[in-house]
Amino acid sequence: MTFSMADMRLLTPHLVITAAALLVLLAEAVSPGRRKGYLPYLGIAGIVVAAFTTPGLFGPARSGFSGMLAGDAFAAFVYFILYAVGALTLLVSDAYLRDEGRDHAEYYALVLLALVGMMLMAGATHLMSVFLALETMSIAIYALAGFFRDERSAEASFKYFILGAFSSGFLLYGIALLYGACGTTEIQGILDAFASNRALAGSPMALAGVGLVTVGFAFKVAAVPFHMWTPDAYQGAPTSVTAFMATGVKAAAFAAVLRVFFVAFQTLHVDWSGVLWVLALLTMTLGNLTAIAQTDVKRMLAYSSIAHAGYILVGVVAGTPEAGAGILYYLLAYAFMNIGAFACLIMVGRKGHENTELDAFAGLGFKFPALGLAMSLFMFSMAGIPPTAGFIGKFLIFKAAVHQGYYWLTIFGVLNSAASVYYYLRVIVTMYFKPEPDTPVVEGLRAGPSMALATILAGLGVLYFGIVPGGLVDLAEQALRYLV
Amino acid sequence: MLQNYVPILILFLLAAGFGLGMVLMSAMLGPRRPDSEKLSTYECGMTVDPGARRPFDVKYYLVAMVFLVFDVEVVFLYPWAVKFKALGLFGFVEMLVFLFILLVGYAYIWRKGVLEWE
Repeated sequence: MTFSMADMRLLTPHLVITAAALLVLLAEAVSPGRRKGYLPYLGIAGIVVAAFTTPGLFGPARSGFSGMLAGDAFAAFVYFILYAVGALTLLVSDAYLRDEGRDHAEYYALVLLALVGMMLMAGATHLMSVFLALETMSIAIYALAGFFRDERSAEASFKYFILGAFSSGFLLYGIALLYGACGTTEIQGILDAFASNRALAGSPMALAGVGLVTVGFAFKVAAVPFHMWTPDAYQGAPTSVTAFMATGVKAAAFAAVLRVFFVAFQTLHVDWSGVLWVLALLTMTLGNLTAIAQTDVKRMLAYSSIAHAGYILVGVVAGTPEAGAGILYYLLAYAFMNIGAFACLIMVGRKGHENTELDAFAGLGFKFPALGLAMSLFMFSMAGIPPTAGFIGKFLIFKAAVHQGYYWLTIFGVLNSAASVYYYLRVIVTMYFKPEPDTPVVEGLRAGPSMALATILAGLGVLYFGIVPGGLVDLAEQALRYLV
Repeated sequence: MLQNYVPILILFLLAAGFGLGMVLMSAMLGPRRPDSEKLSTYECGMTVDPGARRPFDVKYYLVAMVFLVFDVEVVFLYPWAVKFKALGLFGFVEMLVFLFILLVGYAYIWRKGVLEWE
């Protein structure tokens, strides 16, 4: 096994962000306890530099490090989604952490290191590197979820850790069985093994491996019935971390799902599509129905993120490049609208009080017009109402599913989407049509320039990609062309 | 092919049988006259006081973690040293990068006061 400079080229963005994380830690070590307001911007600078080294990766598929890491347009596209997620998370975290008195360099370093893990996961072309990247990402996120050290934050971290470790076991066992059946854990190698040996597709060992890998990924993307950790972990974690988990982890995990299911298990589509069909239906329905019953907006968004995983799974079931491009688009749209919504949630809170109950939003639409406008935009996008990115994302995925003949699943998806409008619009109705209580819950907004910038960027993203989605969809389709 | 494993199976059976046989024989043949001293966990030495189930100082965990990190560093260094010539300049630079990252960690824990034991 030898490395070349061409291999290192594929790893440049990851190395840049790792270096930024180390710099953040060193800065803390050199001047502990000093002013550290610049640390998140150091991280963002790292992400920007990494973004400049990434476009070279667009183009024909290459693979480096003996088939461990891809340098293809698909990876590059997901990297850009992750850059957006990382930069917006850092922007949102800045004022929030300072207000809560938890603005430590470790937080920013952990976000950057988790980001590296997510990027490696999106680029991994070998089940072992998928697993290693997944662990790199997860361990950093476990620590982040418990960063506030209060009871709920610790509970969130612990639940996520226990169930995450549990699900890693499933994934690893599945990988081991696949290795036994195919004799390799390289994604291309597994495809070749299944394509060259028809009998292999029926072997119990291979099918059990596919099943266990499915379970492992289903845990990570929070698909029903493997979603039990999600509401508590999302609600208890610091809100900025919840936004990061719901968007970044999902983008990375679905990127790995696309690579594994669309490439490695391509010839087994008949076998896994039925299972994922049921998972997608359950995930959408249960996520939406439970979200309706929530009275806490943060918890409601946690269930809504389960429902969104369900919509994305519809695209995975369809299994065509068209559906894959829709998923990539959806992941980016979801990143913008979800981080934006969580930024609004952070703004209504104050130190020690999150104020995320629905009643706390009463009358806020007129009291803080900008907040009301932003929150309404993100809620409309999540509900899938044009002209927002959320609408285009759902449209692309459902269109791909219809083209493959999954009419029933699409009908259920659209019905679910209609049901979800109820609880998203409820937030808007509360903000504008309910009078503020006599003793106001939210006195002022926790908004600084960075928070405003993050919300505006997210809002512009939702609107821009909702109104002119063409260029982005073309890029996503190009990314998928080189993948499959 | 499976026949090749028969000696191992026999060894397993012998080992299990020997262990079981000894336990059974001592249980059947040995005299039994228990008293409170004999039934206590520690038959000799001082009485344990206080119990071991109490919270440890968190510093122990920090030191244990730091130890683990630098121990693993050495685990990496050994195979690298053995293959040093074959890996050439690239291997050398690679190891320097690895050591540098650990050095950053070392500087970090030092400044954070992990090494101070009050």
